[in-house]
Amino acid sequence: MENLVLQALSGLASASSLFLVASGLTVIFGVSRVVNFAHGSFYMLGAYLAYTLVTQLPRGHLGFWGGVVGAALLVGLIGLAVEVLLLRRIYRAPELFQLLATFGVVLIVQELTQMVWGAQDLLGPRAPGLRGSTEILGLRFPLYELFLIGVGPVVLGLLLLLFHRTRWGTLVRAATQDREMVGALGVNQRMLFTSIFFLGSLLAGLGGALQLPRESVNLHMDLSIITEAFVVVVVGGLGSLTGAALAALLIGEMHAFGILIAPKITLVLVFLVMALVLVVRPHGLLGKPEAAARGGQGSAEPMIGPAPGPLRWLALTALGLAVVVPPFLGDYALSVLTELATAVLFAASLHLIMGPGGMASFGHAAYFGLGAYGAALAAQWLGAPMLVGLALAPLAAGVFGLVFGYFCVRLSGVYAAMLTLAFAQIAWSVAFQWVEVTGGDNGILGVWPDAWAAPKLVFYYLALALCLGATLLLRRVVHAPFGYALRAQRDSALRAEAIGINAFRIRWLGFALAAAAAGIAGGLFAYGKGSVFPTFMGIPRSVDALLMVLLGGVQTLSGPIIGALAFTGLQEQLVRLTDLWRLILGAVIVALVLFFPQGLAGAARARWEARHGDA
Amino acid sequence: MATLEVAGLEKSFGGVRAVQGVSFAVSPGEMLALIGPNGAGKSTCFNMLNGQLKPDAGAVRLLGCDITGLAPRQVWRLGVGRTFQITATFGSMTVLENVQMALLSHHRRLGELWRPVARMDAAPARALLERLGMADQAARPCGILAYGDLKRVELAIALANEPKLLLMDEPTAGMAPQERISLMALTAGIARESGIAVLFTEHDMDVVFGHADRILVLDRGRLIAEGAPAAVRADPRVREVYLGSGAVTGAH
Repeated sequence: MENLVLQALSGLASASSLFLVASGLTVIFGVSRVVNFAHGSFYMLGAYLAYTLVTQLPRGHLGFWGGVVGAALLVGLIGLAVEVLLLRRIYRAPELFQLLATFGVVLIVQELTQMVWGAQDLLGPRAPGLRGSTEILGLRFPLYELFLIGVGPVVLGLLLLLFHRTRWGTLVRAATQDREMVGALGVNQRMLFTSIFFLGSLLAGLGGALQLPRESVNLHMDLSIITEAFVVVVVGGLGSLTGAALAALLIGEMHAFGILIAPKITLVLVFLVMALVLVVRPHGLLGKPEAAARGGQGSAEPMIGPAPGPLRWLALTALGLAVVVPPFLGDYALSVLTELATAVLFAASLHLIMGPGGMASFGHAAYFGLGAYGAALAAQWLGAPMLVGLALAPLAAGVFGLVFGYFCVRLSGVYAAMLTLAFAQIAWSVAFQWVEVTGGDNGILGVWPDAWAAPKLVFYYLALALCLGATLLLRRVVHAPFGYALRAQRDSALRAEAIGINAFRIRWLGFALAAAAAGIAGGLFAYGKGSVFPTFMGIPRSVDALLMVLLGGVQTLSGPIIGALAFTGLQEQLVRLTDLWRLILGAVIVALVLFFPQGLAGAARARWEARHGDA
Repeated sequence: MATLEVAGLEKSFGGVRAVQGVSFAVSPGEMLALIGPNGAGKSTCFNMLNGQLKPDAGAVRLLGCDITGLAPRQVWRLGVGRTFQITATFGSMTVLENVQMALLSHHRRLGELWRPVARMDAAPARALLERLGMADQAARPCGILAYGDLKRVELAIALANEPKLLLMDEPTAGMAPQERISLMALTAGIARESGIAVLFTEHDMDVVFGHADRILVLDRGRLIAEGAPAAVRADPRVREVYLGSGAVTGAH
């Protein structure tokens, strides 16, 4: 009994910390509609800055608390700078582009943090006056945890006061409900956005700084907190402060008790709850549907037409080179090329749902990984030959695509994207925690091709044939009635329904088809590498896929191909050439978002059309 | 038999009774106009006919079949074409492709993964556009079309499944006066030729009195008058609802 109370208390402490971060994320989203991936980086920066300030300032109360507050303020200013320099320029861009830009910031901050503070974990001092522990029901409980439990409600109270008692707060709430209307009423939106970014980032920084006495400061804090914060914000309802508080409580306590009851599935549990909430309440616990965007109906999306002549020649030349050159290459180059082939199919499969389908997926890596695990598990447990494994890969991915997609495609926009993320994290957690079957973090090794395909060159040709074939098939689908039906429900749900199109079924099947195609890529990737790991389904790989599609351009068919080649090539080269690859990649992403908002292929096409006077 | 029969239709939003006990019928080839001042319940009534809204009570019958509460896509499959007050077309497709989509859906071929759309149902789609005077626009994207032309595209789409009933919500809103007359004349011609029943709402009284065979007048959710244009024009209740007094023609 006593143990349970303590567990509940420590759950409250985690909930409190989680709420600080999530509250910042949710107010930023509410006003600006930006899903800020960099929010976790601000949290991490808060912790690092607090470490430096607290250790540099004189010891004692002033030094510690001054350091914590100073760090939060500094992070607020950094958030403000990011808003003014970057995000302000891309508010009109599609949601996913903003996400991409903030992910660029994540990479830059990671690299800079490592440059400034080094790669090793840092241990901060404990809070003066809160060092010891107190007795609760005869058991010891750290004082600092007790303090954290108090911080959450106090911050929530202050924020509610701020939002309900000040003119600024009223504007923030109004903008959260209906941004366009607030703009139409002549409110200075720039100031509103900039100030909300300052506040939101400050809260993230404060959340990070307050972790200093609790855990070591390290470079993985950003991505681990951002996923949890996403979960909290989505479960609570995007833009809802009270919802975020409720959700933080739920998730915090679930963590605390999950460890007691079912330590093996704690990770799955959190995302399962999120998936469940979204299935039952598609806008989160306390969220409201967004005010429908007014104005221009009928999307201005460009059409998908036949590729212009020179592009065809370029594609044929590239294909020719990909067939003719490899016999003269070494093993390393061949495995890079194999990887490129799978990347192209992976990106093309995501493009099917994002481009023609108009749906966003943050979790496409799940199907890549499920394909890889499908093949590897068949090889490991059934001793299946490679061709059987390669056949099982799209089957496994496709079946899970059907199951997960059934729920995901009912939602739209950010919520749909978050549900795909949740399912991907569930898949990842299962691979990570079900050690007996999947090998956990160690993965499954020894997934090698059969003898006939063992030479790198043979395997490369196999991968090229399968990936190219599947990519061309997807392309064919886009030009066929099914692909048109996908675009039809994206362009106008009203009209699609009015001519007998069952949008749900079309989206669902499209999702499953894309999943199966990603599964082929995953299966080939597994045999190419000889092993599979949970990271195959991790968030970074999902982001990779998004990057490839967005870099290439969503509204062109060649986009994902060009994007996959550019991204994988760039990453490969950067990792080889420099330690600063994340910094450069991040900067490249930011630059691309700012200067090529239509992606590489989109920009090339715009130029082409301008020069040739196309309508 | 009447193409469409509506009996005792009711719909409330919160405490507002938007449509109360509305009953009427449309015959094949007939142009029936549904008019009324703003907020009279025209659109609500309309949206219940093709399944976009579920009525609280009442029945909608198409050729004697009860279609109350079916989803719009099911209603469409039974032969009800629809155009919208604010046009809804597929902006990333050409005019021709928009019509092809309706035809492909009608022929249940949207699941096909292999053959390119370019070669499917192109000839009948072109014929439909020809009929509506839109053949020369066939290759243009719908996203850049003039509003009046979009209305014609919608009509072509609505005609693609050889409907028995056409529902047109303000078919001429946003068009120039000359265009209005020609679109309605075209619609009336097609309706009579193919025996299609047409129900339309409209604000433009010239269009209503020039093209409707019969007129229904809705006010505050209730039908207050029904009959031939001349009779409705002379009806004192209609005059009162619209103007308080004076002539109806040209008023909104």
